Amino acid sequence: MEPGGKGCEDPGEEGVETRASMPAPHFQPAEQDPPPVREELVRLDKVKRIYRMGENIVRALDGVDLSIRRGQYWSIIGRSGSGKSTLLNVLGCLDRPSSGEYYLGGTNVSELDDDALSEIRGQRIGFIFQSFNLIPQLTVLENLEVPLFYQEHEPKVAKERAERYADRVGLKDRLHHRPNELSGGQQQRVAIARALMNEPLILLADEATGNLDSKTEMEILTLLDELHEEGMTVIMVTHSDKVADRAGHKLELRDGKILQITHHKKEDL
Amino acid sequence: MHRGSMIRTIRLGFKSLMLHKLRSALTMLGILFGVSSVIAMLSIGEGASYEAQERIKALGSNNIILESRKPPDDNNQQEQSAWRAQDYGLTYEDAELISETLPAVKVVIPIREIPKRVRYSETIVPTIVLGTVPGYSEVTGVKIKEGRFLSWIDLRRKRNVAVIGSEIARKLFRLENPLNKNIRIGKEIFRVVGQLAEPDRGNTGKAADRMRQGIFVPLSSAISFFGELIVKTSAGSREMERVQLHRIKVQVTGNDEVLGTGAAIRKIMADKHKKKDFAVIVPLELLRQAEDTKRIFNIVLGSIAGISLLVGGIGIMNVMLATVTERTREIGIRRALGAKRRHIIAQFLVETVVLSCMGGILGILLGVSIPAVVEWYSNITTIVSPAFPILAFGISAGVGILFGLYPAWRAAQMDPVEALRHE
Repeated sequence: MEPGGKGCEDPGEEGVETRASMPAPHFQPAEQDPPPVREELVRLDKVKRIYRMGENIVRALDGVDLSIRRGQYWSIIGRSGSGKSTLLNVLGCLDRPSSGEYYLGGTNVSELDDDALSEIRGQRIGFIFQSFNLIPQLTVLENLEVPLFYQEHEPKVAKERAERYADRVGLKDRLHHRPNELSGGQQQRVAIARALMNEPLILLADEATGNLDSKTEMEILTLLDELHEEGMTVIMVTHSDKVADRAGHKLELRDGKILQITHHKKEDL
Repeated sequence: MHRGSMIRTIRLGFKSLMLHKLRSALTMLGILFGVSSVIAMLSIGEGASYEAQERIKALGSNNIILESRKPPDDNNQQEQSAWRAQDYGLTYEDAELISETLPAVKVVIPIREIPKRVRYSETIVPTIVLGTVPGYSEVTGVKIKEGRFLSWIDLRRKRNVAVIGSEIARKLFRLENPLNKNIRIGKEIFRVVGQLAEPDRGNTGKAADRMRQGIFVPLSSAISFFGELIVKTSAGSREMERVQLHRIKVQVTGNDEVLGTGAAIRKIMADKHKKKDFAVIVPLELLRQAEDTKRIFNIVLGSIAGISLLVGGIGIMNVMLATVTERTREIGIRRALGAKRRHIIAQFLVETVVLSCMGGILGILLGVSIPAVVEWYSNITTIVSPAFPILAFGISAGVGILFGLYPAWRAAQMDPVEALRHE
């Protein structure tokens, strides 16, 4: 935290003010020796998300407590309506909890305003969606540049980085193609590259392989595994047990509540 | 937003518009026609008012003009007898009275007009002989091309000298120098002492017409050579009238005195001429009226153009609202990737402004060419002031911002989660 930052007095603004001084988020292993206990990236305290639909009150999340550490690979599983997408939206700062607290990288983001949330999404979070969600009128290169555009990076920096990540996902020769000229698997690779562009703290994947055939699904899952091995924190929503079991930690949701958490991998706890 | 990202936002706007070329082009048409009609109407209006003002200014803003008018028929058939001359109009006495009683009057120029034929060698040309005094040239601002204008000695000695109009000189003398040549007006011989310069092409007023077609002689000579009875023969009937002066031009000392002196002259004349056989024209009054008319004209034209721009703007808003709905998911994606509300507003606003400014630019091109075509075909003067395209462009950009604001705001207000779920 910057000394004398005004965030010291006002916890509500702290997150915004201190963001710039956060260690640059990247998914490569830290240069220093890894700390004995991994840094807590995500902490949810009694998070509730309640919708009002006419007369009915829907408790999409009903008191979720969760702690996710840097470099962990989590899967969130549950039936449809169990609240897994809502949880992912809250984790991705697309949605705000109705009550409870959400700390992301030490910042309480549950009370931030819309602009600050946008900034957090732009700087700390990478999204991968089921339906890829590339912008159809833009080329691969331009799609990759979108997140950095809002961070007001120099176009040169954005282009260099886009080429680097396109190369990383094996699509360097497709930079000037439009999404509709790519296969589903290729589009999802572009989406993954785009999610990496801002060098996020966490990668959030929402049914990332739901629209893919099993061969392509394997490719994408392997890519996510690789990213995790390189140090990236990955949180993946899925409804498939097989997919969920690849992650080191599995969270099962039912009716907005945590049913159980399984730690397949103990060493990164 | 810094400059680089603004440029990229504009480029993105272009790109999105190019995705739906026909839709963008049709939307642009509304602004295009609005802007071009603003420019065309302003140019034609400005041209018309300029022409009117020039014509009035040619009369002289310090001048007051009195004209003889045939009094309205008094329904007395006998009066209209072919053998009896009709007596009416301005008199020498009127000229003298005005000159002596009104202190603000600087010069009084009496003018008598007699239609005649003029002959030189074998060429005969119809003309109007104007009997007047030397002051005429200063009051009306006629320019001499060669020789001189009439002098006081000409007037006093009733000399038979003439100053001829530019067109008459061309018709009678062709390439010859008219100076000191003798011409025959009616039955009398006059010596040409001067030739008038051609008035400006745009000047189509009566005075300019006289400068082309008229022959100026001393008033005293006109009276003594041609008498006071004017016989007009037309289509087998003959009309005789006795008019002393056809016009009196009064020059007033200053601009401030014009309206008061005009009113005084009207009063004097109304007292003297019960038959109402005269008219008093005050160019300054006409100028003011013309300015008032122009103001009303501009309001009317402005409203019409404004309505067409409004319609264009509503068209843009309509299309942009549809675009926003259509691109809901894109908005969601951008928001997920870190776009703030203001980025979304900027994106859609830039798109609307690009659309309306492109419409504006094309509208300016069309709007500037319409007056040129109108001028080419109908000989109406049009004036495209550099302010019009600037104004029109400003308006089109303004329309873009005004009507783009609401769709852009709607886009920015969308909930990112909802927007991402949109099919």
